[in-house]
Amino acid sequence: MRKGLFYGLLFTSPAIIGFIIFTLGPMIASMVLSFTDYSVFKDQTSFIGFDNYKTLFSGEDEFFYKSLGVTFYFVALRVPAVILLSFFIALLLNMNVKGRAIFRTIIYLPSIVPAVASAMIWMWLLNPDLGLVNSVLRWFHLPESDWLYSEQSVIPSVVLTTLWGIGGTVIIFLAGLSGIPRQYYEAIEVDGGGWYSKLRHITIPMVSPTIFFNTIMTIIGSIQVFNEAYILTQGGPNNKSLFYVFYLWRTGFRDTEMGYASALAWVLFIIILFFTFIVFRTSKSWVYYEGEGRT
Amino acid sequence: MRQSRLALAAGYTMLLFVSVLFFGPFLWLIRSALMDLSQIFSMPPEWIPSPFRWDNFHRALTILPFGTYFTNTFIIVISTIVGTVLTSSVAAFGFSRIDWRGRDTVFGILMTSMMLPAAVTLIPSFLGWQMLGFYDTYYPLIVPAYFGGGIFNIFLLRQFYLTIPRDFDEAAFVDGATYFQIYRSLIFPLSRSAIIVVALFCFLGTWNDFMGPLIYLKSDSLFTLAIGLQMFQGTYTAQWDLLMAASAAVVLPCVIVFLVGQKYFLEGITLTGLKG
Repeated sequence: MRKGLFYGLLFTSPAIIGFIIFTLGPMIASMVLSFTDYSVFKDQTSFIGFDNYKTLFSGEDEFFYKSLGVTFYFVALRVPAVILLSFFIALLLNMNVKGRAIFRTIIYLPSIVPAVASAMIWMWLLNPDLGLVNSVLRWFHLPESDWLYSEQSVIPSVVLTTLWGIGGTVIIFLAGLSGIPRQYYEAIEVDGGGWYSKLRHITIPMVSPTIFFNTIMTIIGSIQVFNEAYILTQGGPNNKSLFYVFYLWRTGFRDTEMGYASALAWVLFIIILFFTFIVFRTSKSWVYYEGEGRT
Repeated sequence: MRQSRLALAAGYTMLLFVSVLFFGPFLWLIRSALMDLSQIFSMPPEWIPSPFRWDNFHRALTILPFGTYFTNTFIIVISTIVGTVLTSSVAAFGFSRIDWRGRDTVFGILMTSMMLPAAVTLIPSFLGWQMLGFYDTYYPLIVPAYFGGGIFNIFLLRQFYLTIPRDFDEAAFVDGATYFQIYRSLIFPLSRSAIIVVALFCFLGTWNDFMGPLIYLKSDSLFTLAIGLQMFQGTYTAQWDLLMAASAAVVLPCVIVFLVGQKYFLEGITLTGLKG
C-alpha cells in the first residue's frame, strides 16, 4: 500500500494529461483567440482587446441577438415539453401493466437512432405535400402546416422532432419513480387520498432530485443543439432557426472567422454557467432530498 | 399500490397510444424504404409495399460508396472503443481503488469538464490538429479516446468500482499482488457489465457523431456513414425511397446493438443518471 501517490498518478495520468491537452489547453487558447481577429485568410493576426465582444453586444452583428433569440425560444419550448412528456410517460410505465418491458423498449429505441437518420425520417414525415403528418391531419380535416419550411412553425417543428428521442430522460425518471417505497402511497390510501394527492404529495416531492437533474441536463443539451440545425434547416427559413452553435460553426468554419467564433463560444459558456447556477440556486426551495427533511 | 381497473385501463390505452407515436416513424421508415417511388407518393398513404422493392437498398448503398463509409465508421468506432475502455477503466481504478493525497480534488476538477460546452474547445482543438498536420485524418477523432476516454465513462466506472468491497484488494495485497495485477485480474473482470455499458455508449456516440467528422474530414474517401447520409440527402433530395433505404441501413446496426445489449443500457443509464 506504499507509494500510493505515485501509483495513483500513474493510473490516472492518461485522464489528467488528456484533460490538460484536450480541455484546459484549448479552453485557454479559445479565451486568447477570442481577443484576436484570427482568420485563416488573414496574413496577420492582431490582438484587438474586447472588440469581438463589443461587436457582439453592440448589435452590430445582427445574427448574434437573432441566434440568441432563436435558441432561447427553442429552450423555452423544449425543456418543459421534454420534462412534462417524459415524466408523464415514466408514470405510465411505472404502472403495474403487462408488457412493460416491451413498452419501455419501444419508447427508448428512438433515442439511439443517429441524429442524421432521425433528421431524414422527420424531414420525410413532415414533408408539407407528401409527408405522413400532413396526410393524417388532412384525414381528420385539421389544418395542415408547412412545418420546417415556414418561419412560424420551424422551431416548434424542430422541438417536435427532438421529442422523439426523450427515451433516456424517461428511463432516468423511471429509475427515480421505482425507488419510491410503496408504504408512502399506502399511507395516502388509508387517508382516503386519490391519485392526485399521491402525485402531489408523494411522487413529485420524491422524484424532485430527478426532475432537477433532468432539467439541468435538458437545458444544457438544448442550448447546444447543432445537428438538427445543420441537417434539418441550415438555419432557415430566413434565419428563423439560426441556432447559436450553428451560427458559431458557420462563423468559425464556413466564414473562417475563428477569433470571432471563439468569442461566441465564450459567451455560450457563460450562458450555460449562468443557467446552471440559477437552477442550482432555486433548487433548494423545490428539491427534496431524503433524510434531510424540509422544515 | 392498489390500482382501480378503470385507472389501469386508461393508463394502458395511453401507453398504447404513446407507443404507436414512438414506433410509427420506424414503420414509416421501413415502409418507405421498400416502396417504389410511385407508391411512396400515393395519397392517402399506403402502409404495405407492393411490390416489395428490396433492390432499393442495393441502389441506395451503391450510388454513394456506402461500403467505404461503413468500413471507415467501423474503424473509428473500434479504435475509439478500445481506447476508451482501456484508459477510462485504468483512470477509474486510480480514482477509486488507490488512496492518494488530492485524489478527490483532481477528480472534481476533471468532472468540471462535463459542464464545458464542446463549442468552447472546438476551434483551438481544430487549429491544433491542423498545425500538427492531422487535418483530414482519423487522429482527431480517435486519439482523445486514448486519454481517459471522456470523464463520463470514468465517472460511470468509478461509481461501479466503489461498490466492490475493499477487502478484495487487501487480500490480494497480502498475497503480494501489485496495483496493476489487482486491476487486471480482479477489478477489471469483476466490472465486466459496467465495461460493457461503457463500450455500448461509446459505440453509439461514435457511430452517431456528426460534428467531429464534419469538421475534421475533407476527403470523400474518409467519410463516415453519418456524413455520407447527409451528403446523400443533399444530392438526391426528392428520392425518398433511396433516402429511407440508406437511413434504415444506418439505423439498423444501432438497433441490433441496442437490442442485444438492452439490459446493460438500462443499467448504465440508471447507474449514472446520465444519458448516452
